[in-house]
Amino acid sequence: MRDLISLEVNGQRYELAVLPHHTLLEVLREEMRLTGTKHGCELGECGACTVLVDGLPVLSCLTLPLEVQACDITTIEGLEHNGQLHPLQETFAALGAAQCGYCTPGILLSAVALLREHPHPSREQTKEALAGNLCRCTGYTKIYEAVEAAAERIVRTGGPL
Amino acid sequence: MKKQQSISDRQDGSSYKMVGKPLPKVDVYATVTGRAVHADDILLPRMVYGRLLRSPHAHARILSIDTRPAMALPGVLAIITGEELPQTFGILPSSQDEHALAVDKVRYVGDPVAAVAALDPDILDEVLKHITVEYEVLPSLMSIDEALAHPEVKINDEARIGNIHKAVSLEFGDVGAGFAEAEYVREDWFSYEGNTHAPMEEHACVANWEPIPTDPVSGKLTLWSSTQTPHYVHREVSKVLGLPPSHVRVIAPHVGGGFGGKSDPFSHEICACVLARRIGRPVKITCTREEVFLIHRGRHPVKMWIKTGVKGDGTLTAMHFRSFLDGGAYGSYGIATTYYTGALQPVTYTLPCYKFEGMRLFTNKPPCGPKRGHGTTQPRYAVEVHLDKVAHDLGLDPVEFRRRNLIKPYSRTVNGLRVTSCALEACLDQVVQRSGWNEFHTRQGATPEDQQRSHASENDRHDGAQAGKDLPLKRGMGLAASAYLCGAGKPIYWNDMPHSAVQIRLDRGGGVTVYCGATEIGQGSTSVLSSIVAEELGVQPGHLHLETADTTLTPVDLGSYSSRVTFMAGNAAIAAARTLKARLLEVAAEQLHVPAERLGASDGLIYDERDPGVVLPFVQAVQLAEARYGALVASGSYAPPEGLQGDYKGAGVGPSPAYSYSACVAQVNVDVEAGEVVVEKLWLAHDVGQSINPLLVLGQVEGGGYMGYGEAVMEQQVFRKGRHKMPSLLDYKLPTTLDTPDIEAILVGTPDPEGPFGGKEAGQGPLNPVIPAIANAVFDAVGVRIDETPITADKVLQALRAQGGKTRTPPRALLGPSEVPSPWPTRLIAWQPEESREQAGEHPMKGRS
Repeated sequence: MRDLISLEVNGQRYELAVLPHHTLLEVLREEMRLTGTKHGCELGECGACTVLVDGLPVLSCLTLPLEVQACDITTIEGLEHNGQLHPLQETFAALGAAQCGYCTPGILLSAVALLREHPHPSREQTKEALAGNLCRCTGYTKIYEAVEAAAERIVRTGGPL
Repeated sequence: MKKQQSISDRQDGSSYKMVGKPLPKVDVYATVTGRAVHADDILLPRMVYGRLLRSPHAHARILSIDTRPAMALPGVLAIITGEELPQTFGILPSSQDEHALAVDKVRYVGDPVAAVAALDPDILDEVLKHITVEYEVLPSLMSIDEALAHPEVKINDEARIGNIHKAVSLEFGDVGAGFAEAEYVREDWFSYEGNTHAPMEEHACVANWEPIPTDPVSGKLTLWSSTQTPHYVHREVSKVLGLPPSHVRVIAPHVGGGFGGKSDPFSHEICACVLARRIGRPVKITCTREEVFLIHRGRHPVKMWIKTGVKGDGTLTAMHFRSFLDGGAYGSYGIATTYYTGALQPVTYTLPCYKFEGMRLFTNKPPCGPKRGHGTTQPRYAVEVHLDKVAHDLGLDPVEFRRRNLIKPYSRTVNGLRVTSCALEACLDQVVQRSGWNEFHTRQGATPEDQQRSHASENDRHDGAQAGKDLPLKRGMGLAASAYLCGAGKPIYWNDMPHSAVQIRLDRGGGVTVYCGATEIGQGSTSVLSSIVAEELGVQPGHLHLETADTTLTPVDLGSYSSRVTFMAGNAAIAAARTLKARLLEVAAEQLHVPAERLGASDGLIYDERDPGVVLPFVQAVQLAEARYGALVASGSYAPPEGLQGDYKGAGVGPSPAYSYSACVAQVNVDVEAGEVVVEKLWLAHDVGQSINPLLVLGQVEGGGYMGYGEAVMEQQVFRKGRHKMPSLLDYKLPTTLDTPDIEAILVGTPDPEGPFGGKEAGQGPLNPVIPAIANAVFDAVGVRIDETPITADKVLQALRAQGGKTRTPPRALLGPSEVPSPWPTRLIAWQPEESREQAGEHPMKGRS
């Protein structure tokens, strides 16, 4: 039997009928068609399904929607506003931080949370914040550079967090 | 902080507008915004879900399969088993040994047995539990040793003798004479651990069948799949389903990484197609992460023996190399892999004579195949560590020893391979210089007093040392060099057709549509096409639209394997663009009253090179040309030139229109009490010729460094009681941000004469020198050799404990097979390059048994 629930996703409230055992990952992807949230293991091991719940990165494959009805959920689709990309999205693109791009949505959301906590993250803080997001393409170097470039841009322009 | 610099002494490169520019990937805004559609993101009307039942046994006979209880469950639409799919398939025409679903026998834990389609993905696991399979369990062979020792347990009928899938024996030049000439001969055994690609995207596909009752085969099939090789999937799906290729369309949507793991045609792809045709509804099959580990096709575990002869001054006189590959249960690319373990040794260093014996064994494990560096990574580790030992034995500087033996540009190897551009020496120079190699080793050779004085330096051997005190952390630096193909010189199924083709259509509004089968898997193949076409036509890349990896829409490109796409699709794109450009220049010449030879194209303008004020906008030229010629469409294609290889059996694996070269210095810190190896930094120089897009090339070099690091020190593939012990991303250790060393990528090289704008590959080559560089650095740090990957703390500790007196190489467990087959179970093919044949007046082929 499905439960009627309500979720606040990317600033909009949605009423949904979901199976109570379905994860937030499944509901975002299958019920809401927000397929920008990817999955690489469904066991909380890879970080690809990271979303923000009240601003903090969580693994949507280990989260039940019922638990987060009162929370603010941000997915990759919610990072841009009216077609304007988040500085992190721009620097990831410009500096080669996304190759196959499959881990990228999760890493971007982890990075958003990092920059909210540390507007000028050290390299060590960036590594720590992204340690739960596996990337098999980049070797991470260009990801660090993109995070640092975005941090600089956000501080300079007072841009969005 | 990483410093990047492109070192190139190209003459004409500076005039390029697009080539050599660090442009963002053309598909990157789709991936950073979540718009990219991967196979599992596809949702078609009426779509249902499939899953495969996989064998729980490593080796068993199937006695019976009862699907009736499962079929009776609500929501189950179809179940298929092997007897419905008798047609075998496989990526190589010479290894057609796979069934989409097992027939009679299963050969590894994970071998597909049945496939189900159901309305709801949630019920699939329950449905699979209701399929009853009766097995007769057979003895399983889980290692090279076991496969050799038990020929009576026949795993795969492709094996002609026992479980030997393929045996190769090749001799180039007179190896006996080469060793006789040597003043020093050394032999070593090495063992390379198998490992897997682990792309972040799990394999997924959606198949759709459209019934057409009036059609002789009654319908058409479309398959969207996360594949690196849509063309080969197209061929194999057509074959197994018995459909004309004209009735099958294979599309690769965004692919979330491959690294070789998505280059085979797979059971789940074929089953999705069969189920879709059966029930007349789209079927999606998405593999779980555990299934991705079982599908595998990853790096072969290889045991290797090398014997090398050198003169006192370090000149190589002969090499004899043997490899034993643990192939797993099926052929996959394994015959090619076997040859690749021997083919490229003479491409890195000049060998006057060379003997290679290789053997691939079937075992009851997931099938091995190609992983980044395909078959060349394992021997590169062995050869580079072995040569480091030789240099050490002879008291030679490891850099100078390698430098003395480097392959010469524009030469031919003893095994008949044509070498063109080669900047390996520049790669060595760069990594030696940037790593501070000489300074580091000068201190190392210095007296304790000198070391005390230089103690404050960051390259000090003792981390945070107090002078004179024996501290647990020791630094070392190691070096290695390598070579890789820019595309296989021969296609997988031998034919005379192009390896890659590009079609370009110009729109009267100024748009440029590029069609090419090349498959973007994250490496940037679509972006490379974009830069090349934009450069050639003189337009901004924004005007381009790229349609790729669709077997109906796009002309054939063989696929994203063997690092072939930049070279081959790039040259095809140039050919297509030049044809169109000639038409544009012809009409522009008339319009501007300037001879066509004097016209150039850039920034959306066609201009007089003598008077750049005389211009015709690109879009106007297109309209004039369309008025004259009709629709503006042209194609170009590429096949490697003839004469890349020798004329012996087996010469088809190894030739390439060009080779890339790489060198790596690794700096490690070894804890002598805990055995832990921390790789602090990699300096990785790569000869890419002319880089088409340095942003992407540097990304490939860094990614190769990262992946090599993981193989060198972390990744282990362990089987227990026939089962993969760690088929999850938690247990199978991949490097995270906290593990991965700092990687300094350096681009080196001069334009290759045949590469597109002089470009060569970057996707695979840079991985190869990383593993031996780390191994050599560990020796440099603590004086023990770890001749078996991965270099884990327990092995280092064991070696340190065994280290005693003056023995620098401690005795270790036998790394090779316990018994080496004698005689080698195949006929020796002896071959000489033409020059030496002429000198000796011999017949080129002298078969011996």
